[in-house]
Amino acid sequence: MTTETTPTEKYLEVQASDEFAALRRKLRNFVFPMTVAFFLWYALYVLLSAYARGFMSVKLIGNINVALLLGLLQFVSTFVIAWYYSRFAAKEIDPIADKIRDELTVGAATRSAARTDDATETGPEVAK
Amino acid sequence: MEPHLFLAADADGASSRTLTITLFLIFVAITLGITIWASRQTKTATDYYAGGRSFSGFQNGMAIGGDYMSAASFLGIAGLIALYGYDGFLYSIGFLVAWLVALLLVAEFLRNAGRYTMADVLAFRMRQRPVRTAASVSTIVVSIFYLIAQMVGAGALVSLLLGIKPGTTFLGMDADTAKIATIILVGALMIVYVVVGGMKGTTYVQIVKAFLLMTGALVMTLLVLAHYKFNLSSLLGDAAAQSGKGAAFLEPGLRYGVETAGDAAKTFYSKMDLLSLGIALVLGTAGLPHILTRFYTVPTSKIARKSVLWAIGIIGTFYLFTLALGFGAAALVGGKAITAQDKAGNTAAPQLAQALGIDYLGGDTGGAVLLAIIAAVAFATILAVVAGLTLASSSSLAHDFYASVVKRGQASERDEVRVARIAAFVIGAIAIVLSIFAQSLNVAFLVALAFAVAASGNLPAIIYSLFWKRFNTSGALWAIYGGLISAVFLVFFSPVVSGAPTAMFPDSDWHWFPLNNPGIISIPIGFLFGWIGTVISKETDADKYAELEVRSLTGFGAH
Repeated sequence: MTTETTPTEKYLEVQASDEFAALRRKLRNFVFPMTVAFFLWYALYVLLSAYARGFMSVKLIGNINVALLLGLLQFVSTFVIAWYYSRFAAKEIDPIADKIRDELTVGAATRSAARTDDATETGPEVAK
Repeated sequence: MEPHLFLAADADGASSRTLTITLFLIFVAITLGITIWASRQTKTATDYYAGGRSFSGFQNGMAIGGDYMSAASFLGIAGLIALYGYDGFLYSIGFLVAWLVALLLVAEFLRNAGRYTMADVLAFRMRQRPVRTAASVSTIVVSIFYLIAQMVGAGALVSLLLGIKPGTTFLGMDADTAKIATIILVGALMIVYVVVGGMKGTTYVQIVKAFLLMTGALVMTLLVLAHYKFNLSSLLGDAAAQSGKGAAFLEPGLRYGVETAGDAAKTFYSKMDLLSLGIALVLGTAGLPHILTRFYTVPTSKIARKSVLWAIGIIGTFYLFTLALGFGAAALVGGKAITAQDKAGNTAAPQLAQALGIDYLGGDTGGAVLLAIIAAVAFATILAVVAGLTLASSSSLAHDFYASVVKRGQASERDEVRVARIAAFVIGAIAIVLSIFAQSLNVAFLVALAFAVAASGNLPAIIYSLFWKRFNTSGALWAIYGGLISAVFLVFFSPVVSGAPTAMFPDSDWHWFPLNNPGIISIPIGFLFGWIGTVISKETDADKYAELEVRSLTGFGAH
């Protein structure tokens, strides 16, 4: 064995790094609360459809009632969350992820000369 | 205005029927041509499974839209809204919101860590053979449920075109036999399509189809709205009036969460059924194998994200159109004419096209033309989805089961693709046979079952795999088999299969599960079993989790 790290050690090292921890924290702090939020908002809509018929049938403008408006608001919220996430990811996530990946790629290139790739065709492969 | 109380079958004039069918066939020939052209470009396994990973975000967004907007979205939802009003719209909403689960929790990580199939991620840090076997089983079951819906839609559609309807004869066959023949023929055609085309062929078909479907739905929406001088309220008012149900038609409760006076249990179950459907719709998308494999057709996770954004835009816009299509069909065709052609309302959209053509494009000929165009669009819609489903399930069988489990990773690429092609035939044949029994069910409803199965069998394992360090082989098997078996088991003992007039076996009754959709029970079971299975096993692989986490978050080493 040389003093070089194996790919697995490298992954563990990256996983334990502050930079990766920051990436994971940022991502999870966004996607988990956002998932809970849109799920509750959607659940509220379904529950109102099931149990608040009177409220849902209140007419707002002509034949347009609360049920239709709430349904359309689900569309609006979906579009807004998707847009907001993509902006967040491009600004906050991608730069860190790219940096870590580039560092790994450079490391892997220097390592690859020293080892043979024993990955099978279909198994999860060691990084090339 | 008065609803058109006639059907394609009555409006014949053999000439307009011939015109409809000719236009329709021309269209099918064009899409087949594209597939054959694209198939010439399929050389490697990556081409067959993942379309060479060469698609752009917009292209893949369109293709996702093409894969996702199935017969359920076009024929099914329009039919449900036309017959039950507002309740049908719940499908549109659930089908759309579900994309946020895929966008936030699944798409990018899956793209980074996987290669060809859903199992690549599930089995990443597990023992390969049992997990790949489970994932393969689950993929095939979900795909078959989904395929049944598409075949039923295709049967209803082609029956409408050919003038087959209950109580008539066609080429000497009674309507039922003719419909079964139609399903078998159309189903077989579709399977051939996939086997020839592979992923690259089907991706182009998806893109073409998404474009056609959006255009067709837009034109119909504009015609409907123009009819009501772009006043949504008067469209709704007319639909409610024609439905004979008044304001209730515009409110939740005609189909789901029905309140039966004096029968508290029935009311309770009906409301539970609504909640169950709601949960299945929103959690199903991110567990659909044919949608998950779509993320592999782009080069990077950033493009996967972009393609989901495009897909959300395209799909969301389309689901807004379903309001005009459904309420338009209720107002301009009328529930009676729709159910006379198809009990479950699956032909509402093409019937609306015919009515609009007659009113705005010059009488019967205009009606025939618009019917042909919209029917062709619907057919392409179904074809594309069948292709995507057959491909995803046959890929899983070949790649996960045959190559990894049977051949232990020693299969050649050529062998693998050959097995995939054979699998496509077998899976397609099973779906065709089952769909013959499901003809009286609405296709959106049938797809919701596929969503429930996907959300129960696949989603828990995917989420745990990506985010839970402790998750292991035992957990994955418990999650997949627990969710999958409970969902299928509950469907089997539900009114969908027996004990109801629309059931697959209407003359028998072995049902005891009161809900039509099993999601509210089987999805929590999937998550719970995944957790139990994990904690009762000591296995953990911190090394592989480090690799999975680093790769899925950064895209390092992605194929």
